[in-house]
Amino acid sequence: MAYTEQEILTGLAEIVNEETGLPTDSVELEKSFTDDLDIDSLSMMTIVTQAEDKFGVTIPDDEVKNLVTVGDAVRFITGAQA
Amino acid sequence: MTIQLNQIQPVAGTRILGVGGFRGEQVVDNEAIIGPIQSSDEWIRQRTGIATRRRANPETSILDMAVAAAGESLEAAGLTADDIDVVLVSTVTYFEQTPSLAARLADAIGATPAAAFDVSAACAGYCYGIGQADALVRSGQARNVLVVGVERMSDFIDPTDRSISFLLGDGAGAAVVGASDTPGIGPTVWGSDGSMAGHISQTTPWLELRQDQGEGVPARIAADTWPTLRQEGPSVFKWVISSIPEVARRAVAAAGLELADIDVFIPHQANMRIIDQLVKMLDLREDVVVGRDIADTGNTSAASIPLATERLLREGQARSGQVALQIGFGAGLAYAAQVVVLP
Repeated sequence: MAYTEQEILTGLAEIVNEETGLPTDSVELEKSFTDDLDIDSLSMMTIVTQAEDKFGVTIPDDEVKNLVTVGDAVRFITGAQA
Repeated sequence: MTIQLNQIQPVAGTRILGVGGFRGEQVVDNEAIIGPIQSSDEWIRQRTGIATRRRANPETSILDMAVAAAGESLEAAGLTADDIDVVLVSTVTYFEQTPSLAARLADAIGATPAAAFDVSAACAGYCYGIGQADALVRSGQARNVLVVGVERMSDFIDPTDRSISFLLGDGAGAAVVGASDTPGIGPTVWGSDGSMAGHISQTTPWLELRQDQGEGVPARIAADTWPTLRQEGPSVFKWVISSIPEVARRAVAAAGLELADIDVFIPHQANMRIIDQLVKMLDLREDVVVGRDIADTGNTSAASIPLATERLLREGQARSGQVALQIGFGAGLAYAAQVVVLP
């Protein structure tokens, strides 16, 4: 069964919290991973890898640079479930 | 009539008898290299955990480095060069297609007529070497095998490269593998995935350089066309954290142990962030000793695991008889892991 966008956001927030210690409620759709959440490229890859496991999707390396905001990631994962 | 050939009788077990190391003489701090990459000491420490890296003096050759580490490992093993039947060198920074560095090393230490050959498996090369040495000794094909991982990475770097050059150091690590009544080297879990070869690679193949020169034999390769190493760091990081923990678990299981039995963890010294992430993902025992030689040696590719091992033993952080999980991974992309009993 596909995850809803809200479930993906909640799951991503947990992954970001685990990787960076940031509170889960700071992980909002419009936040930029780099500029707002101060997540560097290696941490981003950890988050991507864990998101792949959690949601059962594949996020190609070339796609990661397009995931600027949390909303970008939520939308990509939503689409990739299909 | 079927012809029956004699085959060598295998021996029961093998172990690492001794290790040795050599680090480049120069201590190069972050301040010394940040100019061309417009970086900072803080950025490098935060991204890699590296405070300094070791680089060899100009007059110190890769053979000199290998000889130094080999001599130390023979001494630690209580053996002489006469006891060595195979010399196996893992390197990607020996810039002669032939003869092998191993043959030169065998001659330099007086191990002639030992069989000698080089292995190209980059950062996985030492564990590839230990796997082959174990098989050669256990099959009865060799009494003792000298395995050397040696890299003069400073010959393969571009000071303006922000992808990998600033991580790299020069060093050599060596181990002697021989027979043992008590098995001390677990099965090697190894492999490669050449579909990702481009993630860590030489900037320009040698033949392309030759073609670029036009007619006639080029006198020299200009400094700005000299091939160096590049990597796609985030992609490599993702490959490591998504595939290497499973390789580590398989190596431990293949040795008949549980992760809780591991006393010492010695991963390739690629980047402190990778080491930290692997420790976290493997859920190792809290008191496990972790090799963190990268902080002041840098990433020395094939030399990094034996150098970290040598240091842990020399400084008393680990001791003989402890069970260590060692795992190499890098260009290829190639990987190899095995559990060993420390010498």
